[in-house]
Amino acid sequence: MEHSAINVFFAGNNFARILQGLWTSVWIAALSLLIGLVLGTLLGILRTLPNKTIRFILRAYLEFFRIVPTIVLLYLVYYILPRSLHINWPASWMAVLAFSLWVSAEFSDIVRGAIESVPVTQKESGQALGLSASQLFRYVLLPQAMQLELPATINLATRVIKTTSLLMLISIMDVIAIGQQIIEANNQQYPSAVFWIYGLIFILYFAIDYPLSLWAKRLAAKQKR
Amino acid sequence: MTEEILRVENLNKYYGDWQALHDINLTLHKGEVLTLLGPSGSGKSTLIRCLNGLETFSSGAIYFKGKKIDGSSKTWQALRQKIGMVFQSYDLFPNLTVIENIMLAPVKVQKRSEKEVRAEAISLLKRVELDEYVDIYPRELSGGQKQRIAIVRALALHPEIMLFDEVTASLDPEMVRGVLQIMADLAKKDHMTMIIVTHEMNFARQIADQVLFLEDGKILENTSGKEFFAHPQTDRARDFLTSMDF
Repeated sequence: MEHSAINVFFAGNNFARILQGLWTSVWIAALSLLIGLVLGTLLGILRTLPNKTIRFILRAYLEFFRIVPTIVLLYLVYYILPRSLHINWPASWMAVLAFSLWVSAEFSDIVRGAIESVPVTQKESGQALGLSASQLFRYVLLPQAMQLELPATINLATRVIKTTSLLMLISIMDVIAIGQQIIEANNQQYPSAVFWIYGLIFILYFAIDYPLSLWAKRLAAKQKR
Repeated sequence: MTEEILRVENLNKYYGDWQALHDINLTLHKGEVLTLLGPSGSGKSTLIRCLNGLETFSSGAIYFKGKKIDGSSKTWQALRQKIGMVFQSYDLFPNLTVIENIMLAPVKVQKRSEKEVRAEAISLLKRVELDEYVDIYPRELSGGQKQRIAIVRALALHPEIMLFDEVTASLDPEMVRGVLQIMADLAKKDHMTMIIVTHEMNFARQIADQVLFLEDGKILENTSGKEFFAHPQTDRARDFLTSMDF
């Protein structure tokens, strides 16, 4: 029977393997976001300072990561770094490196924009109280910027999670790679397995990203009020 | 005469080619109230902002207690604890509660104990009749309440001078009186040294020991408060007072 292809999920340890692959995607995304957000915050602060050279360099950094397709970035770290710099990390670390740099670049722009949209009078009233530049950032500008940037940050997170689907291209056993293996292994017996497996993967990604996306939308609507 | 606390000598400020302040001279003694009057765009706000380093100036000098201010950001940062300022737009920090707004600078900048600062903050809030709003966020307060808290926030640093830049200009009329009352109280009871930019002529007449009348960035009159309102010397000042229904 055609629909018995659903059995593929339960054959052997297929389902567990898919979840295992999903976990790989999730931890790479989560770790990259963590590193990228911290680094991006620092870069974002630097981009609001008056030093023109720093600003130019960081702008170039942002544009580089914004323009270069993520897949090219992954190939760069996976193929070029080991060969030319003799860095031989596992592929998953390389992926975290590439994703972290990408996230930090995108997030630096979000942070810069948010800090700049805090009214200048907030900065002045902080200065008038004798706050130092770092105190001003820590207690006044960053907390307000964080509120403003939260929706954009969540959107960035959903993009990162989605983009983990490219990980299989650098031989990481993520959920897509494992899904493909299962499909290929069962191609003879269940030709329609491809539909079920990708359907499941779709649902899994959706289950992670959709709540995030809703949250971002609700926050943005709240800020408009 | 009491101790001189602030002196400005030949202060000039340019924005590009345009001269915003021309050769400003003024002297302020401890306990004195100086009001800066003049039409919009006359340079009052620019001048008052120069006095705590929010604006830089092109030439001239400012002396605080006889000592020339070197103009470095570090010097200004230290001096701002002694020269408090309150703005037209209140600018409480929306991410902090009322008490946190007040305590931030005394605790973080002056490194005073939280307990002591908190006690002082609450007694100051009592004084402006807002002690029930200790843990409230600014967005829940009216403009007048925010402005009273902004004054308390500046006072908590124990400044020796207070600068008020059009602090009632964006308030509803019924809120204005409460804020002016606090300022008058500060002058009378605390003998606070103050520089006030205002369009409230009645208030200025009551409170000003000294008046600087500015137009186009120039001081046209520098006299006592009594003298200015009773016998303005220049036509410009007379026109100005007439235009303010005075």
